[in-house]
Amino acid sequence: MEILMIIIAGILFMSATYLMLSRSVVRIILGTTVLSHGVHLLLLTMGGLKRGAPPLIGEEASAYSDPLPQALILTAIVISFGVTALFLVLGYRSYKELGTDNMEKLRGNDGND
Amino acid sequence: MSLLHLAIIAPFIIAVFVPLIYKNIKSVHTGWFILPLPILLFIYFSSFISKTTNKQVTMESFSWISSLGIDFTVKVDGLGLLFALLITGIGSLVILYSIYYLSKQKEKLNTFYVYLLLFMGAMLGVVLSDNLIVLYAFWELTSFSSFLLIGYWYNREKSRYGAQKSMIITVLGGLAMLGGIILLYNMTGTFSITEIVAQADTIIDHPLFVAALLCILLGAFTKSAQFPFHIWLPDAMEAPTPVSAYLHSATMVKAGIYLVARMSPVFAEDTLWMGLIIAFGLFTLFWGSFSAVKQTDLKSILAFSTISQLGLIMSLLGVGAAALHYDQPKYFTVATTAAIFHLINHATFKGSLFMVVGIVDHETGTRDIRKLGGLMNLMPITFTIAIIGTFSMAGLPPFNGFLSKEMFFTGMINALHMDFDWSIIIPIIAWIASVFTFIYSMILVFKTFTGKYQPEKLEKKPHEAPIGMLISPIILASLVIVIGFFPNIIKPILVPAIETVMPMYEFDVHISMWHGFNTELVMTIGVIIVGVLLYLGLNKWRGIYGIFPEKLALNRFYDGLLDSMYKGSHSLNRNVMTGSINHYLSYMFLFMVVLIIGSLFGQNAFAFSTDNLAPIHFYEVILTLIVAISSIALLFAKSRIVSILLTGTIGYMVSLLFIVFRAPDLALTQLVIETISVSLFLLCFYHLPKKLTDDPVPVKVRNAVISVGVGLFVILVGLTAHSTKLFDSISQYYIENTYSEAAGKNMVNVILVDFRGFDTMFEIAVLGIAALAIFSLIKLRRNGGKKIENK
Repeated sequence: MEILMIIIAGILFMSATYLMLSRSVVRIILGTTVLSHGVHLLLLTMGGLKRGAPPLIGEEASAYSDPLPQALILTAIVISFGVTALFLVLGYRSYKELGTDNMEKLRGNDGND
Repeated sequence: MSLLHLAIIAPFIIAVFVPLIYKNIKSVHTGWFILPLPILLFIYFSSFISKTTNKQVTMESFSWISSLGIDFTVKVDGLGLLFALLITGIGSLVILYSIYYLSKQKEKLNTFYVYLLLFMGAMLGVVLSDNLIVLYAFWELTSFSSFLLIGYWYNREKSRYGAQKSMIITVLGGLAMLGGIILLYNMTGTFSITEIVAQADTIIDHPLFVAALLCILLGAFTKSAQFPFHIWLPDAMEAPTPVSAYLHSATMVKAGIYLVARMSPVFAEDTLWMGLIIAFGLFTLFWGSFSAVKQTDLKSILAFSTISQLGLIMSLLGVGAAALHYDQPKYFTVATTAAIFHLINHATFKGSLFMVVGIVDHETGTRDIRKLGGLMNLMPITFTIAIIGTFSMAGLPPFNGFLSKEMFFTGMINALHMDFDWSIIIPIIAWIASVFTFIYSMILVFKTFTGKYQPEKLEKKPHEAPIGMLISPIILASLVIVIGFFPNIIKPILVPAIETVMPMYEFDVHISMWHGFNTELVMTIGVIIVGVLLYLGLNKWRGIYGIFPEKLALNRFYDGLLDSMYKGSHSLNRNVMTGSINHYLSYMFLFMVVLIIGSLFGQNAFAFSTDNLAPIHFYEVILTLIVAISSIALLFAKSRIVSILLTGTIGYMVSLLFIVFRAPDLALTQLVIETISVSLFLLCFYHLPKKLTDDPVPVKVRNAVISVGVGLFVILVGLTAHSTKLFDSISQYYIENTYSEAAGKNMVNVILVDFRGFDTMFEIAVLGIAALAIFSLIKLRRNGGKKIENK
């Protein structure tokens, strides 16, 4: 199972990279979301996917799944959400102000460098 | 802090007060207030002569950065004293001369004397420091003050060019020298020259020895204008003439000579040292004298002459170093004597010649020899001084240049005793260079003072200079004669200096005007005969300078190098810093992929094992397949809505995966957040571009290659990490203590708010900041919230 998950994470990374390298601002933002999914899955996988009860004491089970990666991922999800929301608004504003979503056109102009 | 330290620092202290004096006492030329300082210093340093003749070395230490072995240690030995006397003595004369040379009304005297004093203090520091780091600090200060002085008339383009050029070249050498100093420190563990000399025998076999040697030599060669680093000196002639006389003939350019002489006891054991110094010195000697003949500007002639004479001194030091390598050292030690002797002589006659040229320039308004001529009757005193200076430079009796030239020939002929097949070329080059020296010396004096008087070409009506301007060159010219007739009066200064350079030999120097009829005299007579013939036929053979292609000139090379460096870095910058975020991201990803995959296989770290795997269930396979398909489909989506929905799909599938993998809190959060994210996207929907900008195909291919690489490296790293688990998780502690220590049953939540509550706090801060940022992005407008027309 872990190997499959690692491959899936790799595919997510691949498509995220491809999206982030594109010229469309929207695609770049979507790429960051996809990238964070890949990271979260990788984190979970690296913690080990052994079957056990959910990390709740009330379950009275002999083995639990590892709670630490879950806590880390939870933090990461919230942070990446905050960042995505900011990016989205930034993209929206820049599209409104500048009238393009093409990164090639959004270079600093030569007069300012 | 001893009196000796004070003597070195005194110029800096006085420099602080110069602007005050200048501002408040307008009626008197500021130079008069400066003049007593070098005179006092000269008298003070003269008091050391009796000590150094008895081989007494005065050392004073002043603690500076003791923990790093850097102390302001001052050492007065023969060599240091000789230079200190030159610096203060000629310094006094130059300041006296500058009082009459620089106009009180027109020039900014305060800056001039501040720079000059800075230079004087720095130069004293260079020659008297025993600590190499302190020496280096003063060394750079001389470069710096020289830079300021060359650019004194900063309104002139050429001054700025010359100042910049000299700065670049001497600082290049200075930094190399710093490298050499650090290497020496590595080998010996001390910065003290005295202690390094004491360890000279042990470091010669050290692997860093040659590197240190080359670095130190590079520093010395750039400072002393040796070929090919001599090109800064002719351009430094844009400085006021007193500066040229002081810095660029008598003192600063000899700092490199000083360094070579000072470090000789350390490096001379190695034949490379000797070979490099002889080779570079001789070539510089020849090249300088050869180039001097074609110059038409008086100061340029003197500049190339200085280069040539510095090469002469350098090559003599090299031949002197041969004493360590061959039998019968007395053949070679005479060269060291000649080097130090000529050093003094050169300072005297070159200083006076620069001052003469300054007078000619001052009185006629030009330094071009094509416009000058026939000044002999108008300026008889100046002419006399010029005759003395140039004849001494050409090596004619009865002046001091004759004596050092004879000793130079002796040294060069003795170089034949070296066990080296081509050694015959050493005296031959020396002789040819002397012929050229003779020719340019004659050009200098006769083209200026004899021939046709051309008043129509001159800006001013020439007349004899004021007496004040003549005092300094007269003193120097009389020194030229006095040393010429009674060379032994400078023995108390000369001998200790030579003994510092070659501490292993006894020197019994006896220089006399007439030393018998020998090979050297024949050579000198030959120089005079050939020189006179060539001078008279100058117009016939001058054409050979035209043959030499201008393209190969070193100045062209230097300018081209600077230009191409500028253009190269500019175009590099243009090509790499494109301003496109896609390019930057590509660089980062590529670098990451290459570095990590490279080191993974380069270090043989890749591992793959199928142990400890969880079983695969059908349900999970379906979920992962959906993730994979939608993430790949996302790449080909052309419209905004499809892209958003596919991203949402991935998010929901991930939350389902969280459920499968027994992470209820994660699933909950992921579900909620994915919903919000998708709604946010949809909220902006109308404002997003309908069709997303597409990339051109080649870019797509490049991106595809990079992204496949990234995916691959994640997979490889993931597999390797998974296959090499080194220790168990610490989670067992959390599982056991969640209830007993923290009174909670949900382990994830207890970790978030109890065990690792700090993370959560700052994560809350992140959200808060993001919210504020979004608010301000939407609210705050450049145009005060006015609607901007869609372009």
